[in-house]
Amino acid sequence: MPDDPLLLEVRGLVKHFKAGGLPMGGRRRDPVKAVDGVDLTLSRGSTLGLVGESGCGKSTLARLLMALDRPTSGTVLVEGRNLLALPSAELRRRRRDIQLVMQDPYTSLDPRMTALEIVREPLDIHRDLMPKRERATRARELLEMVGLDPGHAHRHPHQFSGGQRQRLGIARALALRPKILVCDEPVSALDVSVQAQVINLLKELQREFGLSYVFIAHDLAVVRHVADEVAVMYLGRIVEHGDRDTVYSRPAHPYTRALLSAVPDPDPHRRGATGRIVLQGDPPSPSRPPAGCAFHTRCWKSQEICADQRPLPSEPLSVGRRQVSCHFPEN
Amino acid sequence: MHANTPDPAEQLDPVPLLDVKDLTVDLLSRGGDGGSVHRVVHGVSFTLHKEETVALIGESGSGKSISAMAVMGLLPATTARVGGSARHQGTDLLTLPPDQLRARRGKRIAMIFQDALSALNPTFSVGFQIAETIRAHEKVGRREARARAVDLMARVRIPDPASRYRDYPHQFSGGMRQRIMIAMAVALRPDVLIADEPTTALDVTVQAQIMELLAELREETGSALLLITHDLGLAAGTADRIAIMYAGRILEQAPFEELYDRPAHPYTRGLLAAVPRLDGDLDDLTPIPGSPPGPGALPSGCPFHPRCTDSRDRCATQPPMLLPVLPNPPARLVACHYPLEVSGA
Amino acid sequence: MTDTAIAPPDGTAPASTSGPALDAASGARWRTLRRRPLFLLTGGCVLLLLLVAAAPGLFAGWFGHGNPTVCDLGHSAEGPAPGHPFGYDVQGCDLYANVIHGAGASLGVGLLATGCGLAVALVLGCLAGMAGRVVDSVIARITDVFLGFPFLLGAIVVLNSVTTRDVPTVAGVLALFGWPTMTRVVRASVRSVREADYVVMSRSLGASQWHIVVRHVLPNALTPVLVLASITVGGVIVAESALTFLGVGLQPPSISWGLQLAGAQNSFQTHPHLLIFPGLFLCFTVFVLITFGDIVRDALDPRGR
Repeated sequence: MPDDPLLLEVRGLVKHFKAGGLPMGGRRRDPVKAVDGVDLTLSRGSTLGLVGESGCGKSTLARLLMALDRPTSGTVLVEGRNLLALPSAELRRRRRDIQLVMQDPYTSLDPRMTALEIVREPLDIHRDLMPKRERATRARELLEMVGLDPGHAHRHPHQFSGGQRQRLGIARALALRPKILVCDEPVSALDVSVQAQVINLLKELQREFGLSYVFIAHDLAVVRHVADEVAVMYLGRIVEHGDRDTVYSRPAHPYTRALLSAVPDPDPHRRGATGRIVLQGDPPSPSRPPAGCAFHTRCWKSQEICADQRPLPSEPLSVGRRQVSCHFPEN
Repeated sequence: MHANTPDPAEQLDPVPLLDVKDLTVDLLSRGGDGGSVHRVVHGVSFTLHKEETVALIGESGSGKSISAMAVMGLLPATTARVGGSARHQGTDLLTLPPDQLRARRGKRIAMIFQDALSALNPTFSVGFQIAETIRAHEKVGRREARARAVDLMARVRIPDPASRYRDYPHQFSGGMRQRIMIAMAVALRPDVLIADEPTTALDVTVQAQIMELLAELREETGSALLLITHDLGLAAGTADRIAIMYAGRILEQAPFEELYDRPAHPYTRGLLAAVPRLDGDLDDLTPIPGSPPGPGALPSGCPFHPRCTDSRDRCATQPPMLLPVLPNPPARLVACHYPLEVSGA
Repeated sequence: MTDTAIAPPDGTAPASTSGPALDAASGARWRTLRRRPLFLLTGGCVLLLLLVAAAPGLFAGWFGHGNPTVCDLGHSAEGPAPGHPFGYDVQGCDLYANVIHGAGASLGVGLLATGCGLAVALVLGCLAGMAGRVVDSVIARITDVFLGFPFLLGAIVVLNSVTTRDVPTVAGVLALFGWPTMTRVVRASVRSVREADYVVMSRSLGASQWHIVVRHVLPNALTPVLVLASITVGGVIVAESALTFLGVGLQPPSISWGLQLAGAQNSFQTHPHLLIFPGLFLCFTVFVLITFGDIVRDALDPRGR
């Protein structure tokens, strides 16, 4: 096998949803451009943080990465392989390399199954991995690995707290020893005191097993604690992408700046500090994104060109490998 | 040392606008088990003074929203028992006859909910709903109510209010709907505004707009604001005083800056350390071990003791009272047998 | 009457809920169920009815000779008498023995028809819920056609055209018109489960469609339709009686409540016991089945407690 460093590569990914209704008749509405041309890469053992507000297409992107939906165009390559081009049996087998952790620990676990059954399920699906009698032992190991008491293996999801359920979800995702974990808002449904536990668990597991994460979140502060690289999404496009430190300390896209300055700061001494940017208006609908730069309707630096021409991603800078899609980036 | 920082309590009016004392809430559930009673709020006391912003902070299940609902008399009498008192300018809201409470609610005390979509009636236009709120409390004609509603919509910065008057809630974005809710809440210039997680359902950039608007309106109308949130950062931006709630109790109460610099309760310290930040070091976050207790499984003694790193024998048996901490009572209160050192600054 | 049975909360409940629930949820649900007097009552009645239906001989002999076919025209339509608590029917047969033996046919039709309908509903409902849009539309349209057909009229037409009308035929005809409602319920619950996060998770783990249906969809979609089925049994029994009463249901060698009611129709003004006793049993059976279904539904709701 060639030593290809690119674990995950996304090229020109587009996903448009037809707006409801029957194929014939009815009003023809604009398709929802949930993901509109995304390029990404993820290298081994690192974490890519994907940040954006609701409706920016980050959850659709997660489903595309997981090959749960078929993109309108573009490809997702896992170790150079396009999962969706595989025959369905082979696709199901190859899914073990890339696993998902969902946002809501309440709905992502089957209420009728016990903790043990939930964690064992992936092993029951991929039966070639180990014989039947070893699966329960492995499932208990997994429970212990994520910090759950194996003595609780016969409990049902509703008998666990939110944090514990999310640990269960992580244990299930790890059962197949995946290379990539796509975490879709894994901590946003959790309380602050528990959030940190799960973040730390994810980081520990990464160190231990050399996992790579695509960490999707709306909370910039959370992403800062886990990501090596950060991509900022707005209306289905990536507007800025680069090393964490570069993006957080010197954001180049106005949207990134606004997003960073909108994060509430728990330090009361900095109340009313200068330089706070409060954007006007709401994000536009993804079914009718503004022409040109999608952000120009809310941008304070917007000029004529922004409404006409869609900015292309800049050449990656040598410092911080930053790419920005803006006509007037900051430095 | 604290001579140059005047005691906040002295600056406040002697009679608080809203004085909640020993509030208790018991929830009755009539499930398949035949029914059970859970106490979800255990003797909560706090005050809200004129033109003050107090934040009630707690995680889910800490009883912060239920406390607010109880004060507003919004809990269904069939499933909730409320005890204690909640005096609004001397009148106990909890013993007020329903019609008088209704008259006060909305006019003198108004509430903003987290989920504007379910709090607004989907079958009426938003403008009509604002106008109705006005007409429910004041004798004004339709025409005048309408004019005032449009005016309010403009004040919460709904673009083109006159034409959006006729639009229905689902035609607005989440942020705009929250603005409509705020417009309804401030329509009658209440002296107490209770905002229950007003921005939790919103995006960060929109959240910033709404908080700015709330602060502005609070200043303009001179009302007091009780902000209920789980987000320390959100409270830091607006609140004068903070009450930290856990498992139905207030564990610590203090002016925010003091609480932030020198937390007296181990839970507060843990909470501050667990929040992911945009600044500060990037080492692993310091979580609080365990998870918050459910209402049916409260630990004995101090509710926080199973998760507390400083707990001793006494904590498991004796629930601590909310008592003043030196050096500056009564603005700083803590419910802990072994509070952290706060005097050294 | 039923309300007072539910209302007083079990005194032991608060103590047992405050402790950590250790057992599996199904165990907890079972214990919850067992604590409810109404469940025990209706459950007991259902068991009793099944026993009566399966082994009428055990009960028929309690009074008199217990043989429904030993008749004496001399006693035709006589009222209750010692040894014959329900009296005699028009043929002079012991009415008690007849009513007891009638349970078999009535419950048999009810269970058979519901069982067939349920089987069809599960297969079609799962197909409609899980397969593509075309299959779904086709099944939905067929269901609609059957739903639109007047139930009694349809049954009368079909039953009039068959020569033998024994328990399986009548059950089959009733099933023919009973499956559409259940299919709709199955389809709806399958669709809601299909969209659930845990099913998406299972797909992303690489599960086959079969695995998803068996492990997640069926167990989670079954509860509502099982409850509907237990209520349907009662409805089918009523329908069987109605058809028989109208003369298109079961035929005389069989013994059923419907037949007894049909036999009573000319003389119930002079001999009301002919109508009252089979009628009481019929009402009781239907009431018990429906109440039982309701209670089980309340208890089985997975997130109910």
